[in-house]
Amino acid sequence: MSQHDNVPDHDTGDLAPGEEQAGHEAAPGAKGYTIGLALALLLTATSFWIAGSEVIWAPGIPAALLALAVAQMGIHLAFFLHITTGPDNTNNVLALAFGVLIVLLVIGGTIWIIGHLNHNMMPMDQMMQRM
Amino acid sequence: MTTLSQPLPSDHSANASRKDPYALGHHGRSKYGRSEATGHGEGGPASKRIIVAYGFWIFLLSDIIMFSAFFAAYAVLGGNNAGGPSGANLFDQRRVAIETVVLLLSSYTAGIASIAASRANMIRTQAWMLVTGVLGVVFLVLEVQEFAELVAEGAGPHRSAFLSAFFALVGCHGLHVACGVLWLGTMMAQFAAHGFKANVMRRFNCFNLFWHALDIVWVGVFTIVYLMGAG
Repeated sequence: MSQHDNVPDHDTGDLAPGEEQAGHEAAPGAKGYTIGLALALLLTATSFWIAGSEVIWAPGIPAALLALAVAQMGIHLAFFLHITTGPDNTNNVLALAFGVLIVLLVIGGTIWIIGHLNHNMMPMDQMMQRM
Repeated sequence: MTTLSQPLPSDHSANASRKDPYALGHHGRSKYGRSEATGHGEGGPASKRIIVAYGFWIFLLSDIIMFSAFFAAYAVLGGNNAGGPSGANLFDQRRVAIETVVLLLSSYTAGIASIAASRANMIRTQAWMLVTGVLGVVFLVLEVQEFAELVAEGAGPHRSAFLSAFFALVGCHGLHVACGVLWLGTMMAQFAAHGFKANVMRRFNCFNLFWHALDIVWVGVFTIVYLMGAG
């Protein structure tokens, strides 16, 4: 057996991802989840409403939808996954930050480079004629 | 010139008060004989509970990076419908709204189940996990219905680059949800068979992370695929 199995599953200094408080003695209540659910439902409803309405300038709708989606992802991270800025969460936040960096590079790089390639590609019917 | 009167930090023969002359580990000792770690590398190895959950967190982030590649493909190919139907013709916003609410509620009930489990309440834990599983199945049924309707309309994944990217992205998320529902079933069985043992609780914590992460991916799906695609 490794030495991990000999020590009780209790740390006072670090939080596992998804954990609200260290240890199991003081179990967190449902309040955080309920607040998160209410905020997420509000943001979801706003997204669906904005997408089909004309209250905002039409070309601005995608930007508004993206902002609402990022806000909702933040709500999920904070209230469901309990990722905070506290010192006991440093490792989790750093891993998340690196993940977000890679996601932005993959999506941004693809749209930039492959999007241009796709845009400059000859339409299929013209390509067939030249073959 | 330094003398040997100042012991090195590793000098265990020195008496207790001079064991740590540079005050590197001044957090005191818990009753388990380990110093109280503060998340800065002190106090020896973390417990298995933290290591397991952290490892699973790294996996989830890599899974999200995989999803980002599907999102990127959809972003580039979303407009190439090869003369076929576009998102605005195909997507049923009402069904997507129901799917979204169902998945969000299941994320909430998974959280409530984790609270019940941390209080070692078997009936509530199993009940909330069952609700979570049922909501997951409802989501899957709605999604399979949608896919079946699209294929029946001749808008299957082979129709255009847009539909290939759509089925790859949304189908990949659906597969994850299906795996999550199966995992949920095994977790219910493990709770029934073993109770709230530490190893079962570690797995359940990982399951909760997985389920919440799927909901985060779905936020991206309904925003980019369904709402932007229809606008």
